[in-house]
Amino acid sequence: MTFIDQFKQNFIEENRWKYILNGLGVTLRVTLFAVLIGIAIGFIVAIIRSTYEKTGKLKILNLLANIYLTVIRGTPVVVQLLIIYFVIFSSVRVDKIFVAIIAFGINSGAYVAEIIRSGIMSIDPGQMEAGRSLGFNYIQTMCYIIIPQAFKNVLPALGNEFIVLLKETSVAGYIALEDLTKGADIIRSQTYSPFVPLLSVAAIYLGIVMLLTFLLKKLERRLRSSER
Amino acid sequence: MSDNLNKNEKELLIHVDDLSKHFDNLHALNGVSIDIYKGDVIFVVGPSGSGKSTFLRCLNRLEEPTGGKILFEGIDITDKKTDINKHRQKMGMVFQQFNLFPHMTVLKNLTLGPMKLQGKSKAEAEEEAMKLLERVGLADRAKAYPNQLSGGQKQRIAIVRALCMKPDVMLFDEPTSALDPEMVGEVLEVMRELAKENMTMVVVTHEIAFAKEIANRVIFMADGEIEEEGDAAEFFDNPKSERLKAFLAKVL
Repeated sequence: MTFIDQFKQNFIEENRWKYILNGLGVTLRVTLFAVLIGIAIGFIVAIIRSTYEKTGKLKILNLLANIYLTVIRGTPVVVQLLIIYFVIFSSVRVDKIFVAIIAFGINSGAYVAEIIRSGIMSIDPGQMEAGRSLGFNYIQTMCYIIIPQAFKNVLPALGNEFIVLLKETSVAGYIALEDLTKGADIIRSQTYSPFVPLLSVAAIYLGIVMLLTFLLKKLERRLRSSER
Repeated sequence: MSDNLNKNEKELLIHVDDLSKHFDNLHALNGVSIDIYKGDVIFVVGPSGSGKSTFLRCLNRLEEPTGGKILFEGIDITDKKTDINKHRQKMGMVFQQFNLFPHMTVLKNLTLGPMKLQGKSKAEAEEEAMKLLERVGLADRAKAYPNQLSGGQKQRIAIVRALCMKPDVMLFDEPTSALDPEMVGEVLEVMRELAKENMTMVVVTHEIAFAKEIANRVIFMADGEIEEEGDAAEFFDNPKSERLKAFLAKVL
């Protein structure tokens, strides 16, 4: 069978390309919202942890944050996904996409938190003192002075985390969510020809990652303008 | 002008009463008391580890005192119930390491406080900032980022940043210690101007000659205590304590 025939069989016949297109939509939606949840959780946990480290305040919140980090980073994301779907939401009917967003968001938050915390801790304490000496309170100094600098410093690491997250969502098939990977796998199971669907999907992931890398580089360069 | 005022008419600005700061086993500050009046230019000198920086940093509670009291404009700012952030706006601080905000242009560095804390409009804050920049000869660097400036320029900007808040007192923590020698002069010049304009200043420094020139009072600290205090002329020409004599012999 020629490549063209294989292509036709896997994508054109019975409109199988729809598995890929729908799957791509699911993967992008899950990644996008998981990233947003991850950033939100990451910032909150990072601020709690660095505040505790610097001032000794927020002891109980810091303890909770530590438990969260230990559990999430200590267990595989697939297991977390399965637990959230089959244990936590076992008695409620929920959209699988929603479950995936929650699971990947919570998972990513732990890694984002550590990345942002390392960024906050890397900022010279003199910056906090300068902000406080002007009359800003702790939170204001964090928001106007520390976080923007920390964010800039950790942008490459954050970008990397989001690329990892995009690819990690490929295990969403474990809860039978038809994402990009699952879509290709369904085609494979129907046509019994693994080559075209799987390599196509690999190429799509690669394309998205390259695009993301390009955009991140651009953003990085813009933020670095102050260091010329 | 303070020249026209005699000492009795001077207005008390900061009253420090038995201030102490203990780090675990180290007594960095041991019962320091002093009255600072409006228009005073007070230089704090002493060997390293004598507690002079700690004293200065306690004045705006960047360092939390462990004992004693500070009344600033009549209000006890060591009281935990006092909103220290409000009073810090009136106490400008200049650091050894400048601590400009590297992610903002010079102009943003200067207007951040007035806009966010004093509710000034962007136009108003920028106008005031530009006026002050002109006075220190750096108006052309308004759009530059701190990393594009020399050390001397950074420190002059840092002084202007504090001045933009319209403080009642300026605290200088070794403002020239991190500078290359050829840049010390330009920073001292700005401080000299400030002193002329009757800004109340408390300066921790190693620039003894400069202290001699512009200070009206000098404090010599040793082991976390004020060892000797006096008018500038008296202080340098006629030191009383042995430790001050030994110190001056080394630095002059």
